[in-house]
Amino acid sequence: MSQKITSYPGHEITSDELKEGKYLDIQYKFVPRYSWAAGVAISRFLDELKEGRIVARKCSQCERILVPPRMYCEQCYRPTDAWVQVRDTGTVNTFSISHVGTDARRLKTPILVAVVDIDGASPGMGILHNLGEVEPASIRIGMKVQAVWKQPSERQGAITDIRYFRPIEA
Amino acid sequence: MPFQIGIVGVGYAGFDSMTPGLSTRELMFEAATRAYEDAGIDPRKDVQSFVCCTEDFWEGISITDEYMPDQLGAVLRPLCTISSDGIIGLATACMHIMSGIADVAVVESHSKISDVVNPDEIASFAYDPVYTHHHFDADPRFLAGMEMARYLKETGTKREYCAQVAVKNKKNALSNPRGVHGANIDKGIVMNSQVAASPLTELESSKGIDASIVFVLASAQKARKLGDHTVWIKGIGWSSDTPVVEDRDLARAEYVEQAAGRAYKMANIRSPASYLDLAEVDDTYSYKELQSLEALKLATKGKAGKMVDAGAFDIDGRLPVNASGGSLGVGHLLEATGLHRTLEAVMQLRGQAGRLQVPSAKRALVQSWRGIPTATGAVAVLGN
Repeated sequence: MSQKITSYPGHEITSDELKEGKYLDIQYKFVPRYSWAAGVAISRFLDELKEGRIVARKCSQCERILVPPRMYCEQCYRPTDAWVQVRDTGTVNTFSISHVGTDARRLKTPILVAVVDIDGASPGMGILHNLGEVEPASIRIGMKVQAVWKQPSERQGAITDIRYFRPIEA
Repeated sequence: MPFQIGIVGVGYAGFDSMTPGLSTRELMFEAATRAYEDAGIDPRKDVQSFVCCTEDFWEGISITDEYMPDQLGAVLRPLCTISSDGIIGLATACMHIMSGIADVAVVESHSKISDVVNPDEIASFAYDPVYTHHHFDADPRFLAGMEMARYLKETGTKREYCAQVAVKNKKNALSNPRGVHGANIDKGIVMNSQVAASPLTELESSKGIDASIVFVLASAQKARKLGDHTVWIKGIGWSSDTPVVEDRDLARAEYVEQAAGRAYKMANIRSPASYLDLAEVDDTYSYKELQSLEALKLATKGKAGKMVDAGAFDIDGRLPVNASGGSLGVGHLLEATGLHRTLEAVMQLRGQAGRLQVPSAKRALVQSWRGIPTATGAVAVLGN
């Protein structure tokens, strides 16, 4: 309610009244469930993450190296040609420090979200991930970072096999 | 001037119960690549409008239209998604062409139903949330059962005639390389299969399959420059009845009557039954084919059942209906179902239907329904 309005016209429904069943209140938990097929490109990408490697696809027409990999080049509109391993280091392209959780709560520990342009991929090709081992105030665009991997036994073939990216000394 | 938009390219991928090796986007890329090759166009240069027909809940991702551009060659190009059947997508593309926005437009739709673990939950959630949904814990097909019961009662159609639709379409699908649910069975087997929602049985209910289908449309002028196998859209219409299930005439598909009326008027057709060489019509459920044929004026009210039983709609009958095997024989494709029917009709009109070929087919009708619990249908008249 805004500062100037202290009450709305009509009858306010209290939560007690709802609990008592005074009003029709339908609650339904909609639970759609999916088992998405990851596809050729992302399946291989995830398998390689499990091995501690980041792979890309190369388009030999525009010569771009695409991360995350795709089986088609969206610019040239043709199949991509080869798998290429890229490095697990990169540069912070942009970042934001998120102070609000998905449930709208203020976060005590902010989430550090960044796009990391990956070394070895074409300029502007990167991975959306978290930053870690860094003071929020010291994050800079252009900062060099490296992936911090989970232990091999803990990896699942998921993007979270990379725990986060941390700054590397210049 | 007669209405004329050219279908200059078609492509598809999938047509299988499951496509676990490919993501939805990879499946679309395969279909689109084939369509562009078929049309002889480069999507990065030659297309001014892309239209996708998808529904977020079937995709399992919200604002799903944002995931469509790359695999269609539509990055940084005009693209829109409509959450409706593919024939309505074709109509949208026609409007873009007629308005002058586009010379060439692309329409895509797909089903990746194998990615959906509980499709019944999604279909049930389409019922009105406050008024209808919360007090039934039944498979959503109860509405199909009620429509079928009302249709049989009002038209006096014999129950077994509905079963004959499944027999015919599943048999046709055996000759269709895209057919997933083809079978050589008789009416007894169909009627004795498990009851889904009385009187509808399981073998009278189409089953979902995966596929992506892509069409390339062009203005008449542009189509004449693109290859020599153009099939023309001569009329197109669509319509939606009230969502209040109780207030619809459940015996009739009034939305199809309306959609067909508009399409026939555009194509200047007075007696569709004698005009057409073949029809691919809705058969999501067995009775739907009979109900649709009557709404389309391809059979007199209450006579479609008797005609199907007499073989009038067989491939070698008076008017071949669902020569492809339809949804009962090939499989159901969610919002891509209308494009599937159009694909089959285009193959026929090009003379590329193989063992399904209807000799010297020149004029075809395609019609779709969006499925339970909708009352939306679309119709297109095609010719070569």
